[in-house]
Parts: sequence; C-alpha cells; structure tokens
Amino acid sequence: MKVFDSIEKFAESTALVTGLESISYSKLATLADTFARQLTAKPKNLVFILCTNTVVAIAGYLGTLRSDNVALLLAADIDVQLLANLVDTYQPDYIWEPKNTNTFGDKAIYTHANYQLVQNPKPSEEQLNPDLNLLLSTSGSTGNPKLVRLKGESVLANAQAIVAYLAITRSEKAITTLPLNYTYGLSILNSHLLAGATMLLTDHSVITKDFWQFFKDQQATSFSGVPYTYELLKRIGFLDMELPSLRYMTQAGGKLNAQLVQDFGSYAQTKGIKFYVMYGQTEATARIAYLPPEYTLVKPTSVGKAIPGGNLSIINTNGNTITKPFIDGELVYRGVNVMMGYATSRTDLAKGDEQNGTLLTGDIAHFDEDGFCYITGRRKRFLKMMGVLFNLDDLENFLKQQGYECACGGKDDALCIAFTKQVPEKELKRQLQQKYKLNPNVITIVYVEELARTGTGKMAYEQIFRNVTV
Amino acid sequence: MDSTSKLKQVFADSLGLPLEQITDDLKYHSLPEWDSIAHMSLVAAIDDTFSITLSTDDVINLSSFAAAKEILTKYGVNF
Repeated sequence: MKVFDSIEKFAESTALVTGLESISYSKLATLADTFARQLTAKPKNLVFILCTNTVVAIAGYLGTLRSDNVALLLAADIDVQLLANLVDTYQPDYIWEPKNTNTFGDKAIYTHANYQLVQNPKPSEEQLNPDLNLLLSTSGSTGNPKLVRLKGESVLANAQAIVAYLAITRSEKAITTLPLNYTYGLSILNSHLLAGATMLLTDHSVITKDFWQFFKDQQATSFSGVPYTYELLKRIGFLDMELPSLRYMTQAGGKLNAQLVQDFGSYAQTKGIKFYVMYGQTEATARIAYLPPEYTLVKPTSVGKAIPGGNLSIINTNGNTITKPFIDGELVYRGVNVMMGYATSRTDLAKGDEQNGTLLTGDIAHFDEDGFCYITGRRKRFLKMMGVLFNLDDLENFLKQQGYECACGGKDDALCIAFTKQVPEKELKRQLQQKYKLNPNVITIVYVEELARTGTGKMAYEQIFRNVTV
Repeated sequence: MDSTSKLKQVFADSLGLPLEQITDDLKYHSLPEWDSIAHMSLVAAIDDTFSITLSTDDVINLSSFAAAKEILTKYGVNF
C-alpha cells in the first residue's frame, strides 16, 4: 500500500530542518514524487537507499513508499563488502546513494544534491510480494544479510500507535541523531511525518557543542536515545541543564539500568516533562511496548505495557500461555506492526505474510501483578551494542575463519572475546573496528585455558565467562 | 613526564592511535577512532590522569588535541 501519500495536507508546515535548510511538507512531497517518477523499471521496484540524516535520503525513502515500491534502508557508511553481498543476494532495481559510492558505476538516471539514483544493470526478474514495502536489516553490523520484511500497512500502524501514546502534534520538534536505517530512528521520522510535526536532523553527537546549539536554536521539544546516549548525557551534566523547550525524552534500543531510569525519571518529574522507557524490535517495525511516564519512578525496571493496538503475552517452553505473574517465559507480541517474515534470499521477497501478526520476540520476560512487563533475558546469542543488535555467533564465525579459537560473550555495550592463545590485541581490535564499527573501548579480550563445552559439544558460554567481569 | 607527553599518551590509549598521530590538528570525528564512545573514555582518562573533573562545557568543547590543552590550562595544568 502507499504510505505517507497524504503528507501534502500539512502544506507549508515545516517537515525537516537541517543545519543548512528548512523544508516544508509541500516541498518534501514534491521532492519525493520527483524521485518516485524515476522508478519505472517494473510495476514494483526494489530500491536500496544508503541513509544519511539528510533531506535527500528522506525524499528517496518517502518517494519509494508513496509510490508503493520497496525500500531497503542501509547505513551510508556500510562496509563495501557487506553492501556487495546484499546487492548480490537481493539484486535491487536501483540504488539511491551518495555520489562517490558508485555501486553500479556513475551513470545516474537522476541526481539531487549529493545523491545519485543508479539503475542496476542486472536486476532480478523475480517478483516482489504485492504487500511488501520496506526491508530492514536485523544485525547488519555483523554482515548477516538477513532482512525483516515489512508491509506498508505495518509501518503505518506502528507510526499511528506512536503518535497516539506520545501525543505527537504538529507543534512537536524532535531532534534526532539516530540513523534512519536503524528502526528506532526510522520510527521517530515516521511518527512525526504522520503527525505533521517537525524533525530536526543532525549528525552531531549529544556530546558536542554543535548538537546543543542546534537544539537551543531550533527549540527542540523532544529527543531520543539508546542506553549509551543516556550514559553520555549523565556524564556531561545533562541533569543540571535548563532546556525550557523540552517536553519529553524517549529511550529504547536496550535495557537502561535502573539508576539511570531513576535519574532521568526524577529529572523529568522536577522539570514537569515526560520520560518514556520503551521496548521494541525491528521484527515489529519498531515499537512494541512503553512504560507510561507516571510509572517511570514506580516501576523503573519495567518496559511497561503493549502499545495501542498491540498485545503482549508470555508462553512457557511448551507454548502454553503463562497467566500467573512473576513467572518467566518467552515474550510474545501480537499486532498489525509485526513483520511478514524474514528474508535471506531474493526468492523470499515474493513470499507472503508468514507471521499473521504474531511475533515470538526471543526475549525472556514476566509480568507483575499489575500486568507490567519485565524483560529478564534473551533467548538468542545477541548483545545490544550502542542500541543495535549484534550477533555473537556471526562474530565468532568470522574470527574462526581468521583462524582464531575463541568464544564471544559479554553484556550489552561490553563485548568480551575469550581466546585460548595470545592474539595481537591492538590489530584485532582495529580490524573489528573497521569491519563492525565497534569501538576498541567496548571490546575486552580475555584468555582462558580451554573453551569449555557442554555434554552435546556446544560451547558452554556461561562456564567460559563465569569468572570474567566486563 | 611533562604534561604534553602525558596528555598525548592519554589520547593515544583512549583513541587506540599511535603516539605520532596525536598532534594539535587532531579533531573530534576527523578519524573513525575518535567517536563518541572514545570521547567518553578520553574524558574519563583525562579526569583520572590529571585528578580533575571536567565540566559539561569542557567535555563538549574538547574537540581537538589543541582544545584539550587549552581546557586543561584552566584546571591549573601547565604546558
């Protein structure tokens, strides 16, 4: 379905503000449609979009969705090999990229600012499912080409739910540093466009003067951050800042520690603003649950309740629903925003909805007696690094290919790799920084006598990392 | 060790760069190594090494090696 096809109604309201320009909704709609008119190879085209926090990248994304085509959103600084792998796997019709990227050469059929639209000389002939509109990577940083398939209908439903519970109006001005290819960043854009609000786009980190200057100049009313953002904010003395324009803050992308929830919850209470702790997954377009701000200080370790239109339940290992409070099981989410399924090949893009609105989240959780949800663990081997899922098995496989005997573990924002033999630590960290954009400061290397295994021959991660503190 | 050498060592360790790359021209975001994560390690290391606590304004103004020297002067460190 066509999404964002009525943003013109917000006419001269400001849609996007960057350090350089201010774009109205009418202008943005025109830019998006000019882009969409170039997509003529097939009735439904697959467009790779290399995302930056810029008007041009957003215009390409909107153009693709407004014309019922399919967009795959990727980071503009994606590793060239990973990009080549994705091109090879999914054979898109077009790529919308910064000019010097030249994935298919430089014969652009359309250019705008520093972006070029280039047609793939060898696109796939295979059909795209008629309901499909958006593809997002689940753990793009580890090079796994697995994608989440989303309907336009799901994008719309999730954005509507977010607009409702955050009470986003046309007067809202959200400042964001989160990239658009990241589901949380994208959900902020989607919800604000739907509400006719303003997005303040910047690539400056919250620890720079430029960010706060832009924040104050533009009178931002909200910002969003992953747990790491809140750690940075606390260290730079955010809790002593006076920001009269600020109306609310949101947090997602992993569990924020209880102390920080308290700190920012108290800050919000003192200032008469709101602080939303939230939970979500790419597999559900973005948002699944949120903690109503009046409970931030009452239930600081909870992710709250399902978003409007969604439903949460918990099942045991036999698949039966657990109704009693405080008993852990796998968290299950139901809602229109649940993906159609995963894709690992071009053929998968023709597939229909395999989920029927139900998602096994892979997270272990329980409810309290008031029905508030608490995430207590993760079923699969993932960490959240700076808010983004990081697949430990992918990393382990990569290191094994390099000839290392190792096990990968640790906790969110603190990756730990155990080796049995001395490794060139600096070089290895540098390599991981280049390949996965992992800062050396978040990687700990430890040495163990042997990599313990379970009775069935699998790595006994708990045993390996038992005596390691990261 | 004089203050400049100490500060260079702090930069090299926090950013994971060789000492010879630490010059006055080294700026925040000029290299992938100096991102926001490295920046906070750097701030923590400066605090520890010089036994100070950088203020909010100083943390966000610490945008180059030259700026770091200037800021530290305010805390009584001589270069």
